Amino acid sequence: MTAHASVLLPTYPDNWKRRHLLDLESLSAEEIVTILDTAESLYAAYTAAGQKLSLLNGRTIANLFYENSTRTRNSFSLAAKRLGADTVEFASSSSSVSKGETYIDTAKTIEAMGVDAVVTRHATPGTSHLLAQHLNCSVLNAGDGPHEHPTQGLLDILTIRQHRPNFKDLTVALVGDIAHSRTARSNIWGLKKLGAHVIVCGPATLVSRKWESLGVEVAHNLDKILHRCDVLNLLRIQFERQDTRPFPSVREYALLYAMNSERMKNSKPNILIMAPGPINRGVEITPEVADGPHSVILEQVTNGIAIRMAVLWLLLGQSKKTTPAIRQSEGVRA
Amino acid sequence: MNSKLQTSWLIENGRIICPASGIDRVGRLLLRQGLIEAIDPSDDQVPSDVHRIDASGQIVAPGLVDLGTEIGEPGREEDETIETATMAALAGGFTTIACAPNTDPPIDTAQAVEFVRQKAARADRCRVSVIGCVSKGREGQELAEIGSLVDAGAVALSDYPGPINNAALMRRALEYCLMFDRYILDRPEVPSLTRHGIMHEGMMQLILALAPMPAEAEDLATSRNLRLLETTGGKLHLSCVSTAGSVDLIRRAKERGITVSVGTRIANLCFDDESMRSFDANLKVNPPLRSREHIEACRAALADGTIDVLTSGHQPRALEKKMQELSAVPFGMSTLDTAVAQVVTYLIRPGHLSWQRALEAFSTKPAHVLGVEAGSLKVGRPADVILIDPEKQWTVCNDDFYSRSRNNPLVGQTLYGRVQTVFVGGQRKFVRDY
Repeated sequence: MTAHASVLLPTYPDNWKRRHLLDLESLSAEEIVTILDTAESLYAAYTAAGQKLSLLNGRTIANLFYENSTRTRNSFSLAAKRLGADTVEFASSSSSVSKGETYIDTAKTIEAMGVDAVVTRHATPGTSHLLAQHLNCSVLNAGDGPHEHPTQGLLDILTIRQHRPNFKDLTVALVGDIAHSRTARSNIWGLKKLGAHVIVCGPATLVSRKWESLGVEVAHNLDKILHRCDVLNLLRIQFERQDTRPFPSVREYALLYAMNSERMKNSKPNILIMAPGPINRGVEITPEVADGPHSVILEQVTNGIAIRMAVLWLLLGQSKKTTPAIRQSEGVRA
Repeated sequence: MNSKLQTSWLIENGRIICPASGIDRVGRLLLRQGLIEAIDPSDDQVPSDVHRIDASGQIVAPGLVDLGTEIGEPGREEDETIETATMAALAGGFTTIACAPNTDPPIDTAQAVEFVRQKAARADRCRVSVIGCVSKGREGQELAEIGSLVDAGAVALSDYPGPINNAALMRRALEYCLMFDRYILDRPEVPSLTRHGIMHEGMMQLILALAPMPAEAEDLATSRNLRLLETTGGKLHLSCVSTAGSVDLIRRAKERGITVSVGTRIANLCFDDESMRSFDANLKVNPPLRSREHIEACRAALADGTIDVLTSGHQPRALEKKMQELSAVPFGMSTLDTAVAQVVTYLIRPGHLSWQRALEAFSTKPAHVLGVEAGSLKVGRPADVILIDPEKQWTVCNDDFYSRSRNNPLVGQTLYGRVQTVFVGGQRKFVRDY
């Protein structure tokens, strides 16, 4: 019946029990590895088939985004479509949000239309947890303010694993605005669980010393740690999430933290350069580094599709389809 | 005279605790003509038609006095009304509440004071004292007409729940109030350090990434207030103190002989910042739920008297306001209904606080700040008396709130201690028959 009957589909992992993906903090190392393995096998099946898979045929996935996003939203949509699911888009500017409807009511309304999962992004931490409490369908956190962005963390970790499979010997530095970065938090939890050494590096106003008590190294001088780093993940400066500017100027930030060819010379010869994007060329990374041989930025984007396919399938693959019933009118003559 | 007032009551076999006179013993309490007639009266003192109440196993205490209760009305009737607030207060064991001035419009005129007093009289439940605004419109710029407010019956002044941010206004207010012998209540906070804040700054905040409210925002304002008080010699009550730093500053100021009254909110002694992991909107309060070391410092300060007063911190919020993302949710917890059980469960039973001290902080001391005749079982005082069953176990459920709002994180939890009977001015105003 299926066009890709000859393609070897991965078997659904029997250790997967979750209905929601809200954060990486609460995931075990085993669960993280399950997602990474599933991403690779599922993506391989998809490329082998040469067309979309039918694993989530008949399922509907809603994107409910309250913050601007192009890559994450499209990445989730594509991942859903490649599994055979339908997608529906709700953006805060075009929906009832502008008519004063609350976040929960909007989400419940979408759920009542018969969706199986809501992928959500919001500027406030805890919003996806809030939806998970109020909805019966699966909830995927696509970024809750500066708190977590689990699929970003997973795709970063998958990209690292493809180049450096042994996390125990690895030093990964997250550089930039740690305080306001959901990518940083998801990376920290995921990488620590897999045994990597994590350094957070950036201006003292954006990198708290308190991270040390969670077993994370704190640095403010990039040049002093560069020679020890196997991976640099260059985080975007979140201009939109700050009340008072935590550093004097973009120029000074670039001077202290931008990854440029000069700094590349002082790095390990096989260093991996990552960035969750969208990148600010000239701020955290110069074009020659972003487009250079050490950069895996575009691989991250492709891995994003694989991770999101894996997560959607894991959350929905074994669940029952949730279609709200409608009441049948009684006593109506034809 | 009202015939009900003539009723006399003999409360027998209860453990009578009166912090004002240091009494703590099992005995009999006689209420007559609205007043405390006698403790352990002789048989000839007891009128023949007396109503007897067996209070075995219960604590007989002066009615509680709440310093700064939000009443919703006028302006936020979706949260609370004077009717529902006074009913919740009564059922919670509060025989006097001092209503906070953050109504809409705020209580910054004599007419506004009159409105609340009339509505409260009509509701005829607990006693209601009125706290007037320090500044016009509660805007923190110009002094409100404090003389007129006091003349209309305001017993204290405050820009609650916000702090008085302007130091010059604070100093002027302290000096001006010297003429009226009234307390100013200020919740210490430097707003520029807490802007958009949602939770206490610390390890849990680092993990959850909710906007921070650092402890020093309170410490700095506490320090400023104490220093201004030292200059003016006015009457100041620091409300809702929640940090170890504040406690330390206050302790040292009191040792230097500065007279200052200090209060804390029950919520800040019961829940810590770790509980924010649930992202429960009902835990969003200001001052925020602090980390363990702050809670321990505040509990110790309450036990040793550095913190004088316990308040319910009742801030009712309609369900729709709390069913939002945390950044949009207003601060506040509806606590009149659970206050006593929280004190019993979180402070008295674990041994952080004695009954004597708890009742002093919950009745005698706040009555002193308000300058009202309450918080005592001394003979001749108004018979505002409550009976608490300290061992009663109950599960908080949405249906038992007398407050119009149920924004309380304890719904579903089992607590100890419940107010069973409440007398106000010798009238039995509330009996819990369950």
